[in-house]
Amino acid sequence: MEIARHWRQRAARYRLQGQRHRETGEVRFPAQPPAIGEDPAVWEAVELSGRGELYSFSVLRQGPDGYEGLVPYPVGMVRLEEGPLVAAQLTDCAEADLAIGQSVEMVTRQLLDTGEDNVLVYGYKFRPVLV
Amino acid sequence: MRPSYIVSAAATAVGEHYARSLSDLASEAVRSAFAALPEVSPERVGALFVANAMGEALASQGQLGAYLANAVGLRGVPAFRVEAAGASGGVALHQAAQAIATGQCDLVVVLGAEKVTDRLEGALEAALALHTDAEAEAIHGLTLTSQWALLMRRYMHEYNYGLEAFAPFPVNAHANAAKNPQALYRFAINADKYRKAGMVASPLNMLDCSTVADGAACVILAAESLARELPGPLIRLAGTAVATDTPSLGARRNPLDLEAARASAHVALGRAHLGLSNVQVFELSDPHGIAATLALESIGSYDRGEAPRHAADGAIAPTGRTPLATAGGYKARGDIVGASGVYQVVELVRQLRGEAGPTQVADARVGLAQTLGGLGATAATAVIVAE
Repeated sequence: MEIARHWRQRAARYRLQGQRHRETGEVRFPAQPPAIGEDPAVWEAVELSGRGELYSFSVLRQGPDGYEGLVPYPVGMVRLEEGPLVAAQLTDCAEADLAIGQSVEMVTRQLLDTGEDNVLVYGYKFRPVLV
Repeated sequence: MRPSYIVSAAATAVGEHYARSLSDLASEAVRSAFAALPEVSPERVGALFVANAMGEALASQGQLGAYLANAVGLRGVPAFRVEAAGASGGVALHQAAQAIATGQCDLVVVLGAEKVTDRLEGALEAALALHTDAEAEAIHGLTLTSQWALLMRRYMHEYNYGLEAFAPFPVNAHANAAKNPQALYRFAINADKYRKAGMVASPLNMLDCSTVADGAACVILAAESLARELPGPLIRLAGTAVATDTPSLGARRNPLDLEAARASAHVALGRAHLGLSNVQVFELSDPHGIAATLALESIGSYDRGEAPRHAADGAIAPTGRTPLATAGGYKARGDIVGASGVYQVVELVRQLRGEAGPTQVADARVGLAQTLGGLGATAATAVIVAE
């Protein structure tokens, strides 16, 4: 279900598209509606590099419905090069490979299989940078 | 603004009440509260505020204002359902106090009720995850617990703590719950058991995670003139305040700073004309040691990075400087989600009346209750004073 909901998110999920303030240069992700009284055009769409540092991480052993097949799975928060702090799953790593401050990069992976109507939801995850 | 007085407070035992429904639990809490107040007829109730966060997702029932008004014997009374995730109870209490303050009502009932155990764990985790930012976080499989875990790991990194530094919080909660007949977990644990507990969302282990359970709690508020006619001790709801923050951790200036927790505590204390140093007993959102830590530091009880050290020195015990979770807290009394804020007030009233038995804080006159929605997107604080 919710096909349109997932479709609306395509720019953020597939391209890590956020917003940059044309005057201050501030970058934010995900995109937000303009503030009261703010010219909406002051925020331009910007595709983020997908590179950043691990701010924190956890490995879940009790997942929500829809994610039970993944358990246990690592999640983290990543401080992107451009500034935003993003929450996502981590992939291609074991818990012992992870440390706060390490370099990570975005990859596109399947987030969820909605089951009955076969919507495969794809989006960003992060993995340790391959040296 | 007219002050509000808490003239009765009662709750059901917290538990996995498989044989009981949401209506059944709500009814018991309200009947118990009125049974302790024989001087006041329920016909005088001017409004009902229902705190509930999970009704649609886990109890298959909506329109909970009217539904529970009917169930508890208040049919016809104006009823308002308040939903602010885990802060629902605190926000409902705030709204009820407003109804008295404006002169609209002289007698108001606040009812917190949750029925969560009809569904399995996966549905519960999915429903709780909606208390964060669903698009930014829940779709990535992040649960509420895992987000507290992210904050805990970051806190350990920034302030150089090991896992065991958080053990004093659940150890204190369980020690107190062991003496509370209404608590979910009436047994003690120790630091050794904490160290050996299996992980739920690393570094949060099973003994550092609350259990979400069923229950209902009821608080009856009255205007001053009515409260003064009654025989019991005068317990005044001296100040309440609600503040909000972004639900998304990543969008906060410093994720370890719960800005709404600080703002709501500051405003509620200001409205009560009291300072933090006047508070002798605390009820906070403490499903995990890290949650209690961040709340204590954000409201200003301890400097950044210091709360676990003080907890280890006994500061959160009933005999300490900031007694916490005297009925067991979220960890051991049980986490009743939207009803938690009302359970908190039931405990503070016991403390301020000197009826808390083995976990009584000596000469407690001022208590502070704070509930958080999600990871502090909503924070509701109440300051309660024994006159």
